Amino acid sequence: MSGQADQATGLAVSDGITDPWRNDWRGAAQTAWVVFKTCLEERLVYRGDFFFSTFVRFLPIVTQIFLWYQVYQVGLDSQISSLNGYSYEDMVAYYLLAMVARAFSSMPGLAGGIALDIRDGGIKKYLLQPIDLLGYLFWHRLAHKLVYYFIAAVPFAVVFWLCGDFFPPFPPLEIWIAFWLSLLLSFLIGFLLEALLGLIGFWFLEVSSLLFVYMMLNYFLSGQMIPLDWLPGSVTMWVNWLPFKYLAFFPAAVYLQKIPSLNLWWELGVQALWVVLLLQANRLALRHGLKRYGAYGG
Amino acid sequence: MPPVIEVERLSRQFRVYRKHEGLVASLRSLFHREYTLVQAVREVSFRIEEGEMVGFLGPNGAGKTTTLKLLSGLIYPTSGTARVLGHIPWKRENSYRRQFSLVMGQKNQLWWDLPAQESFRLHQAIYRIPAREFERRLEELTDLLEVRRLVSQPVRELSLGERMRMELIASLLHHPRVLFLDEPTIGLDVVSQKQVQQFLKYYQQEQKITVVLTSHYMKDVEALCKRVIIIDEGEIRHDGSLGEVLDRFSRFKVLSLVFRNGVIPEGLVRYGELLQADLPYVKLKVDRERISEVLGRLLSQHEVDDITVHDRPLEDVFAEMFESHRKSKGGPGP
Repeated sequence: MSGQADQATGLAVSDGITDPWRNDWRGAAQTAWVVFKTCLEERLVYRGDFFFSTFVRFLPIVTQIFLWYQVYQVGLDSQISSLNGYSYEDMVAYYLLAMVARAFSSMPGLAGGIALDIRDGGIKKYLLQPIDLLGYLFWHRLAHKLVYYFIAAVPFAVVFWLCGDFFPPFPPLEIWIAFWLSLLLSFLIGFLLEALLGLIGFWFLEVSSLLFVYMMLNYFLSGQMIPLDWLPGSVTMWVNWLPFKYLAFFPAAVYLQKIPSLNLWWELGVQALWVVLLLQANRLALRHGLKRYGAYGG
Repeated sequence: MPPVIEVERLSRQFRVYRKHEGLVASLRSLFHREYTLVQAVREVSFRIEEGEMVGFLGPNGAGKTTTLKLLSGLIYPTSGTARVLGHIPWKRENSYRRQFSLVMGQKNQLWWDLPAQESFRLHQAIYRIPAREFERRLEELTDLLEVRRLVSQPVRELSLGERMRMELIASLLHHPRVLFLDEPTIGLDVVSQKQVQQFLKYYQQEQKITVVLTSHYMKDVEALCKRVIIIDEGEIRHDGSLGEVLDRFSRFKVLSLVFRNGVIPEGLVRYGELLQADLPYVKLKVDRERISEVLGRLLSQHEVDDITVHDRPLEDVFAEMFESHRKSKGGPGP
């Protein structure tokens, strides 16, 4: 019944059949653009904090390069120049590329922010307005990321220039395309994984411990700590079934041509499948979570 | 014409975690938790016609806000049905969400770090308001609420009263047909309260929108609503005009007297309860049924300079009403 329009009052048009917005893709794109633009403006309000946090995030990258240098120096003293097939140069190149992938897939504050919004009632504004919560968060995050890339581009360029000799020659076009595609998909997987963690807030309200576990798993299983092909075969088999490897290892491995070309597009397909699966999981969590929701906080 | 809001035996229960006091209880709660069911709204039914402005009154925790959350689709009911503008609210269809607004006095919905103008632009995009209509409405609303010069100032720098006026503008830009207001004047000073009240009254009469308002301030409700729904412990105690509330629940009237020569005669308590004796002013609480008899006797037996008959303040009537209900149920006081 809710789907019927009332002739006398002209009130409801709820089943969407006569909804003028239903196929209004231009309108939807316009909304997304304004959401994106507003988020950009918001991100630029606290310039000082943003510059400083971007700078601070580069420090661990530099220290990690020195750490690997020391590790390889010990190896050189014992006449060993490569570890598990990675020379020092390969290792630095891998590490820097994994950090580029992390710049796409890490989502600082996303899960915690969603859980906080659930707990203190901030989520209400998304539920009251004719917008899709996940879509809104997506544009918000994209704006956040773009501002980060804009500011991080200079230090990233400096580090890559300084370490230019460690990289293999420029990869062929196919690899280059696959690399960028894997980065975009890693952004989506990172976003959806953290959004899902945040939505668990409908059940637990506080997700910081879960987030800690996620960060730990992410650190070990995404290839941030060591390349995943260093792990024993039995462990790699399990790691391959998880989405974490797409967050850091996979894009770096694509660029360094460590993925056999026969497997490359298949692997990208699996990565895309993870995006679809996680999107569905998010939608499900949102739908069921909202049924539990008590709209606390005033 | 069908009612704009139709609610039928609507109930909502919450499962609430009960934590006992102290560290031992906290440790025990790690393994075993006690929950109780709180019935926030019980079998509530009412209808609101298009263009009505209805006040929801009741003490804290009475179920007013829960009812508004149900009607705006924020939460699902435990049982019962509701339709607003022909929609089931908790389905959260976009076609419904485009037609109503909820303003919460205790919750900021604007972007904190950006000027209100940016939030308004975002609303324009989200509700797809045509540019000309948007400009016209924004101009009209900022003029009416006297905040035109403030729209380009970051929201965090505005006073509470200014922020509430911005919230109202944001909620009305898409021209909603139904407006839910949850404590819109909470924390505001008298001047801002009055401004908000006057604006709401004017706007509702001009636009003929349907408004449901909850408030602790009786002045809001008195100024704005012809009809009130009094809700307590999740149940509706009264649905009608404020005048009817007084007729139904106030057994007393208040007489304000000024005695000649500033002398208070003895034995006044035989007429009623002496509320105030501040020479030469006296206030007496008198049983409604005895009012004409008492007036007659006071005027014939004493030298009175001035006399006025008032209804008791609504706050007192409500407090007495809720208290007497609790006592009749044998429960504790508020």
